[in-house]
Amino acid sequence: MILPELGHWALILAFGIAILLATVPLIGAWLGDRLWMGVARPFAVAQMLMISAAFAALSLSFLTDDFSVKYVAGNSNTLLPWYYKLSAVWGGHEGSLLLWALILSGWTLAVALLSRSLPEEMVARVLGVMGIVNVGFLSFILFTSNPFLRLLTNTPTDGGDLNPLLQDIGLIMHPPLLYMGYVGFSVAFAFAIAALLGGQLDAAWARWSRPWTTVAWAFLTVGIALGSWWAYYELGWGGWWFWDPVENASLMPWLAGTALMHSLAVTEKRGLFKSWTVLLAIFAFSLSLLGTFLVRSGILTSVHAFAADPARGEFVLMLLLITIGGSLTLYALRAPAVKSRISFSERSRETFMLVNNIILVVATLTVLGGTLFPLAAEYFGKEVSVGAPYFNLMFMVLAPALVIFLGVGLSSQWKDTRPGVLLKQVPLLAVVSVPVAFVIPLWMGELTFSAVLGMFLASWLIMATVRDVQHKCGSRGWRVGWLKTTRSFKGMVLGHLGLAVLIIGATLVSNYTVEKDVRMTPGDAHTLGDWVFRFDKMDHLQGPNYLSDQGHFTVETTEGKVVGQLHPEKRRYVVSGNMMTEAGIMAGLWRDLYISLGEKLPGDEVWAVRLHVKPFVRWLWLGGLLMALGGTLAVMDKRYRFRRSKPAPQPEVSSSDASSAALPGETS
Amino acid sequence: MMAAWLMRAAAMQLMRVGLILGFTLALSVHAAVEVYDFTSDEGYARYQSLTYELRCPKCQNQNIADSNADIAKDLRREVHRLIEEGQSDDQIVDYMVTRYGDFVRYKPPFNTATLILWVGPAVLALCGVGGLFWLGRRRRQRQIPNETSLSQDEQARLDDLLSDHESKK
Repeated sequence: MILPELGHWALILAFGIAILLATVPLIGAWLGDRLWMGVARPFAVAQMLMISAAFAALSLSFLTDDFSVKYVAGNSNTLLPWYYKLSAVWGGHEGSLLLWALILSGWTLAVALLSRSLPEEMVARVLGVMGIVNVGFLSFILFTSNPFLRLLTNTPTDGGDLNPLLQDIGLIMHPPLLYMGYVGFSVAFAFAIAALLGGQLDAAWARWSRPWTTVAWAFLTVGIALGSWWAYYELGWGGWWFWDPVENASLMPWLAGTALMHSLAVTEKRGLFKSWTVLLAIFAFSLSLLGTFLVRSGILTSVHAFAADPARGEFVLMLLLITIGGSLTLYALRAPAVKSRISFSERSRETFMLVNNIILVVATLTVLGGTLFPLAAEYFGKEVSVGAPYFNLMFMVLAPALVIFLGVGLSSQWKDTRPGVLLKQVPLLAVVSVPVAFVIPLWMGELTFSAVLGMFLASWLIMATVRDVQHKCGSRGWRVGWLKTTRSFKGMVLGHLGLAVLIIGATLVSNYTVEKDVRMTPGDAHTLGDWVFRFDKMDHLQGPNYLSDQGHFTVETTEGKVVGQLHPEKRRYVVSGNMMTEAGIMAGLWRDLYISLGEKLPGDEVWAVRLHVKPFVRWLWLGGLLMALGGTLAVMDKRYRFRRSKPAPQPEVSSSDASSAALPGETS
Repeated sequence: MMAAWLMRAAAMQLMRVGLILGFTLALSVHAAVEVYDFTSDEGYARYQSLTYELRCPKCQNQNIADSNADIAKDLRREVHRLIEEGQSDDQIVDYMVTRYGDFVRYKPPFNTATLILWVGPAVLALCGVGGLFWLGRRRRQRQIPNETSLSQDEQARLDDLLSDHESKK
């Protein structure tokens, strides 16, 4: 089979096309040459075709078990079911970079197709910048991480198998979604750089890049939520966020992206904060790159991979430095030229958005610092760990600040808010949220500080959102009024409610989880909280590529009513010899029952078992989904319809526009 | 040179740092469960929170509650023993730090070396708030000329908007 060679060849062609895309349209935009600008779109299409071909070739090599390809041999096995063979394409370093490049080409193509209403120069610059990014990635793949390398002299008869952790639906979906988010920020970045290059940083620019940013953010949200859910059920520890560097790597662009979405809103609506918004766009994408490379350069996964091939790490560092250094230099040269002279008061929505941005950026930098600090400490010969206790503490300060300002800020208006309106909110919101803050923790069990705080924040936010919707509906009544609101308003409401749901989930699950390690043999029963876990029997099964010990548990209420069956497993994957715990989980909106099987203890079928009852844990991911849904709804707003007849929208609210007062609550 | 060094240091550090969402983990992951008996429920609660805050010294990024490495097992046994001996949380953490260094605590100590870690976010936040005030003052100073005379551009944009607004009605 010459399939891998065809794939390799397609990849090289794609690299060539990316170089053309990265140069010709940009030069065209500089010279004002329409012909040179015009090639951007066809190049974007061709680039997508070539990378798709390369990706398809690699996928086929996996499906046909072509172990002469080194990457296939390292990450697949004949025993794998076909869908895991397919997902094994991005199960390793090389393939996931190829997926990155594929998704980047996909976003480039989407911009090319959906930008008919944009000025030709803008399109040429945006696509050109995205081309530059892709040149970086494709050269990284081709020169250091080629997935098409062969093992011709010593072809193994079978592959080394995909890591069992990745043999799971969550991990089939997680990387593509996460990358859609990461790479999606490249569009906002490209728009920002294009605007800097062209010197046209206006509200129109913000309107164009806003829907792209929001979509990318929604993908990233789902990707992170999915990763958290996966870690929860697959790792068998019942945790949902570990503040691991890899998780932090995805959280940082998310936080920066959230800030960017809000600051873009101000730039679009009011023509303000232009330079700041551009800086955030650069920041968010740089963090995406940093995240990708922290995970993908090999330095996180295996020191051996890195030590054997330091070229990779150095290449990565170079790429990062060029991207960040280059864009910041451009920013320094161009940004001061963009100044807005529109005024706003300290009670205005603009001020609240600035506060939002400050808190989110501080949060991002805190995560960045906490993630990189151990590396810096190592430089001075010290060994320090920065983990959950540190980050939790920091977020226990930052999150309340964010939510309290958000609650008040929701009733602010652009430009200025009538005196007294904001202060009046405080008792209005507090009258509900203070009692809730105490009642729910008491009802759940023990009154702890973090539970009271969390419930206070959640109800504060929900109340503020409800009040905002009520205000918006005015005299029309809830139903008619709600239907009359714009989609972007609905999206905002949903997003903020999602945050509240997330806070509820995080607060309750971290405060009221009960778990216990117990010794059990078939026939035993153990009571935990309101539940009785009964160990019925142990099965020993054979899966497609693993051997399994499977426990059968029945859960009953303390009154003896059977609630359901749980089947925790302990698997031994035959090829790699890895052991894996598959937790037995009974999911519910109010609580999860969760069993992980530990070691077999001396004696006949005596097992160490960890039992958990996790209240409201589903709300974490539900909140994430709601947020993503909010983002999706927001970009479906009428004013983002592509092919607009009016090419360059102006800020909707100018300095003396009386209509601003009539549109409270419009952040969208 | 510095860069290369940093990468190597990073690699060495990160060898131990775990991989939750990384995709080529080559170690076994399964829940570590042992059964210890405690004389009091309070002791068990302390055992749980301590094992979640102590880091397994030899594995990737895992606390000793979750890790099933031998050393994590040893440390769990030690934590159990020390609790049963009546030692306080601080004493137990100190005991672990003397043996394994600061690496073993997920909560870094507060000292001159970690000052930036603990104070940095607060300083950043203060800078942000300071910036906000500075911006507010600057805007207020500029407000008067700004509002009395619109620039030509702004006037044109305003006219544009107003006519747009009317045509919609």
